Amino acid sequence: MVAAAPWMLAFALGGFVVLVALGRRLGEPLAGWVATAAITGAFVCAIVTWIGLLSLRSRSVTITLFEWVPIGARQVKVALLVDPLSVTMCLFVTGVSALILLYSVGYMHKERDFTKFFVYMSLFVFSMLLLVLADNLLVTFVGWEGVGVCSYFLVAYYFQRESAASAGKKAFVYNRVGDVGFLLAMFFLFTHLHTLTYTAMHSRFALGAIPRAPTFIPPLSSTELTLVILCLLAAAAGKSAQIPLFNWLPDAMEGPTPVSALIHAATMVTAGVYLLSRMSFALDLSSDGRAVVATIGAVTAFVAATIATSQHDIKKVLAFSTVSQIGFMVLAVGSGAYVAAIFLMVAHAFYKGLLFLGAGSVIHGLDGEQELSRMGGLRALMAVTYATFLVGWLTIAGVPPFSAFFAKGDVLKGAWTYSKPLWAIGTVAALLTAYYMTRLFVLAFTGDPRFLKAVGDRPALRAPHESPWVMTVPLVVLAVFSALGGLLATPLDRFLSPVFYTVPPAPLSSSVSDALAVVDGVVAVAGLGIAWVLWRGRVERPELTPAFLRRVWYWDDAYDAVIGRPSTRLARATAEVVDPVAIDGAVVGTASSLRRGARSIRRLQNGFVRSYALAMAVGVGLLVAYLLARTF
Amino acid sequence: MTIPASWYLVVSALLFGIGALGVLVRRNALVIFMCIELMLNAANLALVTYSRVLGDVGGQATVFFVLVVAAAEVTVGLGIVVYIFRARRSTIVDDVAEMEG
Repeated sequence: MVAAAPWMLAFALGGFVVLVALGRRLGEPLAGWVATAAITGAFVCAIVTWIGLLSLRSRSVTITLFEWVPIGARQVKVALLVDPLSVTMCLFVTGVSALILLYSVGYMHKERDFTKFFVYMSLFVFSMLLLVLADNLLVTFVGWEGVGVCSYFLVAYYFQRESAASAGKKAFVYNRVGDVGFLLAMFFLFTHLHTLTYTAMHSRFALGAIPRAPTFIPPLSSTELTLVILCLLAAAAGKSAQIPLFNWLPDAMEGPTPVSALIHAATMVTAGVYLLSRMSFALDLSSDGRAVVATIGAVTAFVAATIATSQHDIKKVLAFSTVSQIGFMVLAVGSGAYVAAIFLMVAHAFYKGLLFLGAGSVIHGLDGEQELSRMGGLRALMAVTYATFLVGWLTIAGVPPFSAFFAKGDVLKGAWTYSKPLWAIGTVAALLTAYYMTRLFVLAFTGDPRFLKAVGDRPALRAPHESPWVMTVPLVVLAVFSALGGLLATPLDRFLSPVFYTVPPAPLSSSVSDALAVVDGVVAVAGLGIAWVLWRGRVERPELTPAFLRRVWYWDDAYDAVIGRPSTRLARATAEVVDPVAIDGAVVGTASSLRRGARSIRRLQNGFVRSYALAMAVGVGLLVAYLLARTF
Repeated sequence: MTIPASWYLVVSALLFGIGALGVLVRRNALVIFMCIELMLNAANLALVTYSRVLGDVGGQATVFFVLVVAAAEVTVGLGIVVYIFRARRSTIVDDVAEMEG
């Protein structure tokens, strides 16, 4: 039954191939249904694989598809590693993707390139599955680049719009910066371990986890290991939008909303967290590396949360919220609470998918309006969207008993065990999370319907209608999972723990654990209450949305000043000085010196036969003289 | 009495020198042609002489080849000269110097 794993890839790739070949002929809406059916098939395969894995004792199966790169005696194979971690990832990736594709059939209605959208989406799911199922870093990297390129295509989907095209480029460039880290980490590991297979690397490292193993010689020195971890962190920061490479994600909201939901909230951006969790055996051995990872996570969670409090675009709020939530996951990974990280990842896939799709439903109803200041009063008009968004809001805010309360609680528990200051930063970020989501909810759904009046150059809009069933069904399903996701805590822990720990970490004492849970609940409710009091009935509060936060801590401006503008200046100097003087000088100089040389030599070629004959005679004479001189 | 071989060689060298000098100094294409023939025949004379001296018939055989090649060369060369004369009403080689660099 575990043999169903390759069929997941086959279904996703099949959907892609069929759509590439026949997409135009299928047209709307058939192309969308084909993609949805393919990914649903992949989801079914994921379930079959999961059930198969449960019945096995070893809980880790490698399925070799073919040999890829033979390097002497060593080989890089395209092989799939089916273990609890990859299966968990596959289940939620395919499940959420199938729902989002179903939703897209409604959302992308009457778009210009309807089929192209589903082509990219299918390819994306294939790449993501390859990323999580790969049994070695190199194949993971293929999937990693695959999701990167699909993300680029989909962010720049409305490429006629200047902003969308440049957002696509931005996402691409930021991701490439991270990829350098990935490649360097791979080179490093291969040089020292001569393998890139996770299981083989694990067994090399795992010996070190046993305390005082006498024969153990670490495969890498601690400095080298820290370097590897930092390279991997750079890769994760690029893909998962962590400081200092997080700026691309908010811009990626230029893509269609289902893309934001699927790629930039639920699945792709969690790839970095997955990579770090996969390499947990290396992370465990490097306390410096872990400290950096945890700090980056906590700081990102906090910084992004502060920014989210001041954004005016509904999707921008959710984008920064995603950055912040992934910061929590990275914090958990750094703290060694890998299961908590994956738990939050799964829960986040549900509730952030839900929130994005809900926002998409609102945007769809309001003819593309994304400004919070132009919304309000949607409660009565979009009942299903309202109800499901309500669930999503309470979930992400961390209100018990919804899933994020447990997931974020586990993360913060891990942080508490690891480092108290990081726990404090995380808790403040959780407070801010509750605050900004309440602000968003209040602005969008309560109060007067502000979209009915024309403001400036924006015309008044008709009252929106509820979205069609293909859009509301995924909302309802995701809302149910968001609300009940907390039930996954114990089974997920039991399922995933053996992947990460040879010896399970000691649980916190129940009194501390209870106290932390109470703090989490209080923080959530407090954030919610503060925002409710501050924003109820208000639209603009400039004192609460300072320019510093609206402009993203001037992060983009700093990059522009430090990298962007100097690079532009360097490029211009190259174009205006180096190119005309040095390059052209060398080229033109070669040509003119050749011409000058030729002009002096060409006098020999005077056209008079007798002078050639004379030259020949002289030559013969010299030759004879030489031969004679040699003889005597 | 037999004439010593060296005399033949001296005649051959003289003929060759006259021919070479003619090629270098004369301007009329036909005269240059005749000078070239002179040089070829000087070479032939040398070949025959050595053939006799060394008792090797190969030299005499080579002369036949030279004669054939010379005949062919004259055919082609005269054709070109006639053609140039038609075009320019002159057979002065210095006038045909368009190929200078």
